[in-house]
Amino acid sequence: MLETRRHCYCCGNPAWRQARDEFADDMANLIDLANPTRFMRFSAALLPWLAGVSALLLAVGFYLAWFVAPPDYQQGETIRIMFVHVPAAWLAMMFYAMMAVSALGTLVWRHPLADVAQKAAAPIGACFALVCLVTGALWGKPMWGTYWVWDARLTSVLVLFLIYLGIIALWRVLDEPSRAGRAVAILTLVGFVNVPIIKFSVDWWNTLHQPASVFRMGGSTIDGSMLWPLLVLALGFTLFALTLHMAAMRAEIMRRRVRTLTILEAERLDRLAARAGSAPA
Amino acid sequence: MSALIQSLGPHAGFILASYAAVAVILAGLTLAIVRDHWAQKRALAALEQRGAGRRRPGGEAP
Repeated sequence: MLETRRHCYCCGNPAWRQARDEFADDMANLIDLANPTRFMRFSAALLPWLAGVSALLLAVGFYLAWFVAPPDYQQGETIRIMFVHVPAAWLAMMFYAMMAVSALGTLVWRHPLADVAQKAAAPIGACFALVCLVTGALWGKPMWGTYWVWDARLTSVLVLFLIYLGIIALWRVLDEPSRAGRAVAILTLVGFVNVPIIKFSVDWWNTLHQPASVFRMGGSTIDGSMLWPLLVLALGFTLFALTLHMAAMRAEIMRRRVRTLTILEAERLDRLAARAGSAPA
Repeated sequence: MSALIQSLGPHAGFILASYAAVAVILAGLTLAIVRDHWAQKRALAALEQRGAGRRRPGGEAP
């Protein structure tokens, strides 16, 4: 009890005061990072490292997936498709979840980077959803005898892909970024209902698609010799996607700066033209 | 290469097509993002070189 009282920062213990100040500094740094100018500086330094580590992890992951992982006793060599299909499915959902959090940032906190993050994430999530659909179809033909069935899991992933396309289209239709950001945020949050449907579709309905085999109660059902290549590739693809996301966010911040400067320049030229027109001859 | 394809068995075409699709989609995405990044960087540099958005000491833009 005495020990607890001695460490309470209310009674002026220097260690606690230092911890509190460090925490405040950390929070201030985090908030500073969320400032677009700081983000540009921070991301410029981080991008090459992120790209390098993701390239390394992908190289190791593909080596493990092609030359170390054995063929599956039922699926044979088509198990190799799973190594790209599964991470793509995870990332398609992860990017949508990130967009939903950013949508909250736009609508609730009106954070300057929230709709930038959301806009930059949409094409990346859409591409991973497309990879998931294409590789799933190419796996389905030899294993199920068909490229496509209107099964709950496949259909809900197709719906996710279509929502992504709708979001990208909405960004392009509305010119003014903050207005577009709010409209897209509402659409994103409405569409988020599809994410748990994708995840639990295999449990809620009788689907042709197999149930979860990696993240499930009772542990993974995949053998370690196939699980490790899958996890390494999933990490590599995740870092690769985050690298692209950071680069796309930088491009979007610059696009907004270009837009602002172009408007300022046009206003200046208008003022100069008006002054020249009203000047005495 | 042909040995690798043969080792993939009767479904080699599906496996290779999957990896080709991944390569094409992700390379296209990367290229689009990198090109957009450079285009915005060039546009911003051109505007800043023209002095857009900078104000003169008198309060009027140049």
